[in-house]
Amino acid sequence: MSDTNERLSKIVGENDVVLFMKGTPLFPQCGFSSRAVAILDHCGVAYESVDVLQDMEIRQGIKAFSDWPTIPQLYVKGEFVGGSDIMMEMYQAGELQQLLDEAEVAKAN
Amino acid sequence: MAMPAAEIEALIKAALPDAEVEIEALVDDGDHYRARVVSAAFAGRNRVQQHKMVYEALGGRMGGELHALQLVTAVPN
Repeated sequence: MSDTNERLSKIVGENDVVLFMKGTPLFPQCGFSSRAVAILDHCGVAYESVDVLQDMEIRQGIKAFSDWPTIPQLYVKGEFVGGSDIMMEMYQAGELQQLLDEAEVAKAN
Repeated sequence: MAMPAAEIEALIKAALPDAEVEIEALVDDGDHYRARVVSAAFAGRNRVQQHKMVYEALGGRMGGELHALQLVTAVPN
């Protein structure tokens, strides 16, 4: 368990924007993950994605790590931002773009 | 792996008695819902904290028994 936490700390620490999701950005395996990918694509930022379906430890571990019961989960600069509902609300309010701009994260290629 | 909407509403109201809760089924399978929860208890808390309060009210069912609850929280006007 603590190994998993260390792995998760490393992932969110080494990548400015990380999306924990079911499936991949190209082939999301869940409607909520698909929505999260679409939002990040609209924001035009580069991000790392982690497919929790490929790793049971990560899939369970991320829920405890973030104290958040569902996937997807977005991290920016090591901070938990929220799940897909919060991403959508923030995106619609322009707050997500603002957060990403202020974090000065890399743009998508 | 299903929960009636009335049960979700009852659990939320048990934890947040002043809450106005609107629940709508996204798919008619007892497992995919959209909820809007308005409560004065959310005042001064950010969205993550507000959503966590609702998840806590659901007592661990979120992500397990209840697969999908699309959630919007707000403070009364």
